Amino acid sequence: MRINTFFYSIKQGIKNIFRNKMFSLASIATMAACIFMFGLFYVIIMNFNATVQSIEEGVSVTVFFDNDISSEEIAEIGKKIAKRAEVRKNEYVSAEQAWEEYKKVYFKGREELAEGFTENPLAHSAHYQVYLNDVSMQKSLVKYIEALPGVREVKQSAQVANTMTDFNRLLGYVSGGMILILLCVAVFLISNTVTVGISVRREEIAIMKLIGATDYLVRAPFVVEGMIIGLVGAAIPLTVLYFMYQRIIVYIADKFNFIGSMITFVPVYAVFETLIPISIILGVGIGFLGSQITIRKHLKV
Amino acid sequence: MIKLEHVSKSYSAGIPALNDVNLEIKDGEFVFVVGDSGSGKSTLIKLLLKELEPTEGTIMIDGKILGRIKHKQLPKFRRNIGVVFQDFRLLKDRNVYDNVAFAQKVVGESNSHIKKKVPLMLSMVGLAAKYRSYPKQLSGGEQQRVAIARALVNEPNILLADEPTGNLDNNNAWEIMKLLEEINSRGTTVIVVTHNLEIVKVMKKRVITIKKGTIVSDSKQGDFDDEN
Repeated sequence: MRINTFFYSIKQGIKNIFRNKMFSLASIATMAACIFMFGLFYVIIMNFNATVQSIEEGVSVTVFFDNDISSEEIAEIGKKIAKRAEVRKNEYVSAEQAWEEYKKVYFKGREELAEGFTENPLAHSAHYQVYLNDVSMQKSLVKYIEALPGVREVKQSAQVANTMTDFNRLLGYVSGGMILILLCVAVFLISNTVTVGISVRREEIAIMKLIGATDYLVRAPFVVEGMIIGLVGAAIPLTVLYFMYQRIIVYIADKFNFIGSMITFVPVYAVFETLIPISIILGVGIGFLGSQITIRKHLKV
Repeated sequence: MIKLEHVSKSYSAGIPALNDVNLEIKDGEFVFVVGDSGSGKSTLIKLLLKELEPTEGTIMIDGKILGRIKHKQLPKFRRNIGVVFQDFRLLKDRNVYDNVAFAQKVVGESNSHIKKKVPLMLSMVGLAAKYRSYPKQLSGGEQQRVAIARALVNEPNILLADEPTGNLDNNNAWEIMKLLEEINSRGTTVIVVTHNLEIVKVMKKRVITIKKGTIVSDSKQGDFDDEN
């Protein structure tokens, strides 16, 4: 492709947009609405994920041993657990440590009551605190640990995390469905805009063909038109979301301490370093797709 | 050279637009194609441009059989044929210069080449001074001159003119014909489809007469008046 041809296509593509201002504006607005919705759901899901992840990080499995077990056997169990792929961290808590921890939590401010115990009431409570990489792997890990010789009991607590993971998945499906519908509308509108562009330029296209223009040269301006609509339609909501996100984080942290402490906010740069390329690819891609469909249908060169 | 062998074209069941046409036009010839409306003249032009495919027969231009030219090769083929229409078909939103330059841009010429070539073409058709005018500011004859400049700017070997004087008064029609004759004198093959028998008679060129899709006469230079 010659550089002249390339610039010609870009210039004509931009001219097309201005020739059908109203259709172009409608397409940009729809595209912007789609990408805005996409961005909004993306931000919500990303923050929700971060919150779930932080909750999951606290979820652990507690492994208790048989009373007559030796310390070597406990160490052996520990090694076997640590080797598992599901395990992120495995901490050994001795009976003494368990009692100290218990006293800290339950006898806070009334330490003298705990002194009444001459023997460790949690003598058989030495255990492993096993933290997982992913809560969904808990079942398989628990099954494995329960089958290990010397293990008396395995306690698990992942109800909250599991519920949140399920909810997050549901949110993903719902938002995915809505975005898909909006994207179809965007493809349809861009296709309409390009159709109008083709009918306005029908005479010019006929002349181009007779003069000896290649298919590429006839089609390229319309593809450029669709892609520019997609690009602008992505840039507007991204800018709005960028400033909105920053303000909302500050607002929630400032006005709603309780909610702020529950949610783990993902920093702006972390959200937008993925959201920007995804949205631009999405916008430009839909523009490309919309114009391609129309060209194939209406512009047989 | 243009060669048609047993070419027929039917649009649908019924009388064919062209029926078993055999024709040979040598390089550098000036040929008029005359006939009534619906006689098949425009179909002939469309077949030569490969806008239409013949139902039967073979068309050969400069040694190439049109039926064997693939879709991808079509732009390159058409760059060798300039075409002018009765209704000029200029781009109304562009001035004279841009209309002619458009043909060069379409074939991917460089800007520096376009800047040199377009003024030359406009001088040739006598419109150098009006390069900034828009089509609606020009007379019919001037608009047709722009169309001729556009058709010739890529230096085709063949110029097809479909009723080039159809929308022009007598004076302008003659001006255009003189211009086409001058272009022909430089070596370009010129094929003019026309209704204007007065011009045809005076110009004394080869004349092909088509009636109901069939060539009924092919008169040599200067013979047309005698046969009609």
